[in-house]
Amino acid sequence: MNVSRLATTVLQYVFLGTAAFLSIFPFIWMVISSTNKSIDIISGRTGIGDAFGINVANFFSQVDVPLVFWNSVKVSVLATLLTIVVSSLAGYGFEMFRSKARDRIYALVLLTLMVPFAALMIPLFMMMARSGLINTHIAIMLPTIASAFIIFYFRQSTKAFQTELRDAAKVDGLKEWQIFLYIYVPVMRSTYAAAFVIVFMTNWNNYLWPLIVLQSNETKTITLVVSSLASAYYPDYGVVMIGTILATLPTLLVFFVMQRQFVQGMLGSVK
Amino acid sequence: MAAGKTGGLKRYYDLNGWLFVAPSLLLIAIFLVYPILRSLYLSFFAGKGMMMKFAGFGNVVRLWNDPVFLQALTNTVTFFIIQVPIMITLALMLAAVLNNDKLKFIGFFRTAIFLPCVASLVAYSVLFKSMFSVDGVVNSALLAIGLISTPIGWLTEPFWAKVLVILAITWRWTGYNMIFYLAALQNVDKSIYEAARIDGVPAWARFVYITVPMLKPVILFTTIISTIGTIQLFDEVYNLTEGRGGPANATLTLSLYIYNLTFRFMPSFGYAATISYVIVLMVALLSFLQFYAARDRS
Repeated sequence: MNVSRLATTVLQYVFLGTAAFLSIFPFIWMVISSTNKSIDIISGRTGIGDAFGINVANFFSQVDVPLVFWNSVKVSVLATLLTIVVSSLAGYGFEMFRSKARDRIYALVLLTLMVPFAALMIPLFMMMARSGLINTHIAIMLPTIASAFIIFYFRQSTKAFQTELRDAAKVDGLKEWQIFLYIYVPVMRSTYAAAFVIVFMTNWNNYLWPLIVLQSNETKTITLVVSSLASAYYPDYGVVMIGTILATLPTLLVFFVMQRQFVQGMLGSVK
Repeated sequence: MAAGKTGGLKRYYDLNGWLFVAPSLLLIAIFLVYPILRSLYLSFFAGKGMMMKFAGFGNVVRLWNDPVFLQALTNTVTFFIIQVPIMITLALMLAAVLNNDKLKFIGFFRTAIFLPCVASLVAYSVLFKSMFSVDGVVNSALLAIGLISTPIGWLTEPFWAKVLVILAITWRWTGYNMIFYLAALQNVDKSIYEAARIDGVPAWARFVYITVPMLKPVILFTTIISTIGTIQLFDEVYNLTEGRGGPANATLTLSLYIYNLTFRFMPSFGYAATISYVIVLMVALLSFLQFYAARDRS
């Protein structure tokens, strides 16, 4: 190996090593800091401390943890399931039953990908207020269910679904909804898994809309709780760290268990 | 086949087609199409709370005379003009290096660099806030290696607060973009690189003349997504600055200003809706420009 080749290799490792360290460091920081007192955290202590027990105890005394966690799980899982059902029906419908009118509408649906949420939140808030849904979990879920991105993802994936399967089922006398439920869904389960992971992450981390709609402590999700703990005048960072760990753990877990589906779901749009 | 029979089949086909897409279309109509039109309508009204009266283009005039709006607009534009190119370049370089299967620990590096996009926006903003305090771990490290001689006021000085926001978004989204490039690169024929290497083309030139042109469609796609995301920046600035966009409005974004106008003070629904249309126009214009630029070059 000549010198310049060797230099290139070393440079690559230094580049990757630095990038990897900077990427992981905040996670390590989160874990280390959960064992330290607030004052030690903001003065940059990098050693493991002995305040973990106190931080956990303080967190549990300030926050109704089971309730908050349940709120987050309920909202994210329900909204995700609804999104997947509704969007996969649409993706299947747009691909399997093509017509000029539906193709035009599909183009309009894709156009909604560009609509910024800021331009929706005021009318949505007024709508929910009029319907008496402020401070309810239904209000959080309703606007997130129809997702142009997931419809697009399912339509793209449906292109790989073999129409022979559908034709055979038709000959056997199955109705359209039966074909969808008994043939399409089982065949496409990896597509469903990837969509689940991606939508769940989005819902779990959703912030702005819940911040607007959820106003009482009984309905708040973990993301909102972490945010409000950290925006206190003198935040107790030890307690905040326990919150960030709890908020991050489920998504980390989903990521490591379903890494392949996660990446597949993310890339779904460019294939 | 008889004409009546064909008509029946077509009706059956159409009915099923509409039934499958109906739930989504209904939800999109109620929770997307109606609100976006309603925002446009509201933008012609002025007043506080529910006391609103027709104002024509009064809100647009108000925009031009509102220093806070102009600052939020400048901040938002600054963020994406500086941040998006840095992040895209960094992500491309990482993907180019990570595409080399001969490197050791490649799986570890890929996972590590991808990991930030698993963190929730709120959680990482809060973590960054604690890391970038005046006596915090980042300043300590920079002092220790001699890069700075006095601590930087990341959260108290307007310039450094902007830098912090840019650093934070770059941390969160570089790995996300990198994955798109990596996936695209793995479909590129490796022999092109081998041939270039044998011909003595240096690594940087292979990157500029092979990798970047090959990935043009993906680069365009990720640039649009990133730009749209940065124009809507909210979670990070809200959580780094206790919702104020400080210091001295240095990190106030358009979305944060809309939020404050609507939900922090006595709501000015009409004026806030007008600002939201500034975001709509920016997103539309930039997406169009980027598509146009990419088409022009090819």
